[in-house]
Amino acid sequence: MSTANQKRPATLMLLIAVLAFGGCSTKPVMPPDGEAVIPPDFPADRVLGKDVKYLSDTLISDPLEGFNRSIYRFNYRFDKYVFLPAVRGYQAVTPDVVETGIHNFFRNIQDVTTLINSILQLDFDKTMHTTTRLMVNSTIGLAGFINVARDVPRSDEDFGQTLGHWGVGTGPFLMLPVLGPSNVRDGIGTGVDWYALSEIRDRTTDLETWQELTWDILKAVDLRAHVAFRYYETGSPFEYEWVRLLYTTKRKLDVER
Amino acid sequence: MLSVRKGLHTVLLLFLVVIALIGCSTTPKPKGAEAFPPVSSESYDYPFDNAYLATVLGTPEKYRAELPKEIPLKKSKIKIFDRDVPDALWYDQELRYSYALQKQAAPLVFLIAGTGASYDGGKNTNMARAFYKAGFHVVSISSPTYMNFIVSSSKSGVPGDAFEDAEDIYRVMETIWGKLKKKIEVTDFYVTGYSLGGFNTAFVTYLDEKRQVFNFRKALLINPPVRLYSSISLLDRMLENIPGGVDNFPLFYNKLVAEIGRVYKRADQLNMGEEFIYQAFKAVNPDNEELAALIGVSFRISSANMAFTSDLMTDAGYIKPKNMHFTKNTSAGIFGHVANSLGFTDYFHAYFYPYHKAQDPGLSRAELIDRMSLSTIEDYLRTAEKIEVMHNQNDLILEPGEIDFFPRVFGDRAKIYPRGGHCGNMDYRDNVAHMVNVFRH
Repeated sequence: MSTANQKRPATLMLLIAVLAFGGCSTKPVMPPDGEAVIPPDFPADRVLGKDVKYLSDTLISDPLEGFNRSIYRFNYRFDKYVFLPAVRGYQAVTPDVVETGIHNFFRNIQDVTTLINSILQLDFDKTMHTTTRLMVNSTIGLAGFINVARDVPRSDEDFGQTLGHWGVGTGPFLMLPVLGPSNVRDGIGTGVDWYALSEIRDRTTDLETWQELTWDILKAVDLRAHVAFRYYETGSPFEYEWVRLLYTTKRKLDVER
Repeated sequence: MLSVRKGLHTVLLLFLVVIALIGCSTTPKPKGAEAFPPVSSESYDYPFDNAYLATVLGTPEKYRAELPKEIPLKKSKIKIFDRDVPDALWYDQELRYSYALQKQAAPLVFLIAGTGASYDGGKNTNMARAFYKAGFHVVSISSPTYMNFIVSSSKSGVPGDAFEDAEDIYRVMETIWGKLKKKIEVTDFYVTGYSLGGFNTAFVTYLDEKRQVFNFRKALLINPPVRLYSSISLLDRMLENIPGGVDNFPLFYNKLVAEIGRVYKRADQLNMGEEFIYQAFKAVNPDNEELAALIGVSFRISSANMAFTSDLMTDAGYIKPKNMHFTKNTSAGIFGHVANSLGFTDYFHAYFYPYHKAQDPGLSRAELIDRMSLSTIEDYLRTAEKIEVMHNQNDLILEPGEIDFFPRVFGDRAKIYPRGGHCGNMDYRDNVAHMVNVFRH
């Protein structure tokens, strides 16, 4: 419990920092007063069908777009100056075997989250598979460093999916600092999963604060090392829109799965 | 949440591939294994006879050339022009590219990516592996139609002109070489590219005869178009295979997602690699129309990216009103929908042609169309012993009979494979071996 309390000021600071980015308009700058907009060669009202329902209108709600886009740029910079250099440094000093072991370790921890949420979703198969994986990997697999149970199907279930499973809608799209695309439901889910895991860690281990900090940083670096996505490298001026659409689609499928 | 982003990456990959699964929920086809014909008894055993399937699926793992998984490929950035870029494109000031260097003196090969593709796309990366393994220094460059290239390295900001693009690429090559030559010793220079990059390769080599900076020893054009306008018309028309036309894309997308969902639910492992994609294709067995729609969507995304980027660069009022300014935070909104509704031929007629006509008032559309063709430099190509071609008899970006241009002009220097669609066989072992051998001998 004590560590959760210690983390609160940091979370608050982050929230304040984040709010400072908010409120940027997503509208283009219009011509000065009295000047009419010069119609382009292909004006929307001529090109677009009248009754077409666009995916961005039907599938996605993004009232916080101005804020989200600011965070998107912040994430690019965080990636560039903090996250990716950390990943490169980590990969340079860590032997591949150790890297794989650490990755397996955190995936094993992730299985705890999956187990909790499989139970909450009353999904018998996933619960059984995940229990098996956890038991085998945590023991024979030396606390998860070796993925012995590689033949047992692995799922990724989180609290956002659990909420979705029981009919909770996504709420508005949300770009989280550092973590990337999300929505209100999944953002809450991430918080709940994180809280549950740190409670479990507090109750099952006897770690010093610096050890917990190392754990958290290592976890973040390991996760980033396994995500190929790079901000502003998709070659599309519509990248934000694509990320939003594909994230929303992916989560829809995850919930149905 | 980061792990979700990894999934996002997978979906990005799957998105275009599995788009073709549409429609199968309503009309299950009992064709079974037909989409996966048995290995042919001919000596050339690239597995897909169907040009659409080859184009979409490429080369299955077991047919691919054996290449090192990891080569010392370094990513870098370089400034080409000292100029301001539009606020909305603030992140593309510098050109991104990659290179892999041998430790000893070696020949250097430049790779030019295809339409809308980047230096680190799958095809360029595989070519880099092949040439690096064969002992070449490698420099990989994005297509002049790729956003980052247009913003950082296109002099005019209006991509698509064979001669101007060649100038831009040449400038990029010279600038990168200026940086690399302190590090390495190069014995000879080579250049190759696929699709539009193959077309670019021809004009870059032509330009090099005048400039003489690299004196390319050899050049290889892989699946290039002959007459650009024919190819872009074919690609635009592929979208007509979306049931109800491009306005029905949202419906098409939603059906697709439902289909992915069905396959995704059945896949009990999170490992969504190649095997999953092939299994999905086997299960659904899309027909040619669906595959063509998929290819059309993929090229439409490229054309929308290219046209809108160019419009922001030149402020010509093609999609964005001239006196409206996009900030870093501006949402593409409705302009994105417009960009997605317009094709390469719209770009040509309403944007590209007016741009050229402004410089040359006497220029007709027909003249411009004719100029954007390998035929323009046919006399040069016929005698340029250094240039070779690798192509496919059933390439989808060529009009019927257009493939004959290559044996007619290049003679023995054109190697035409019986199948492979558009660039589908580039990773196939015979093709990779041929690619490397052209430069080795």
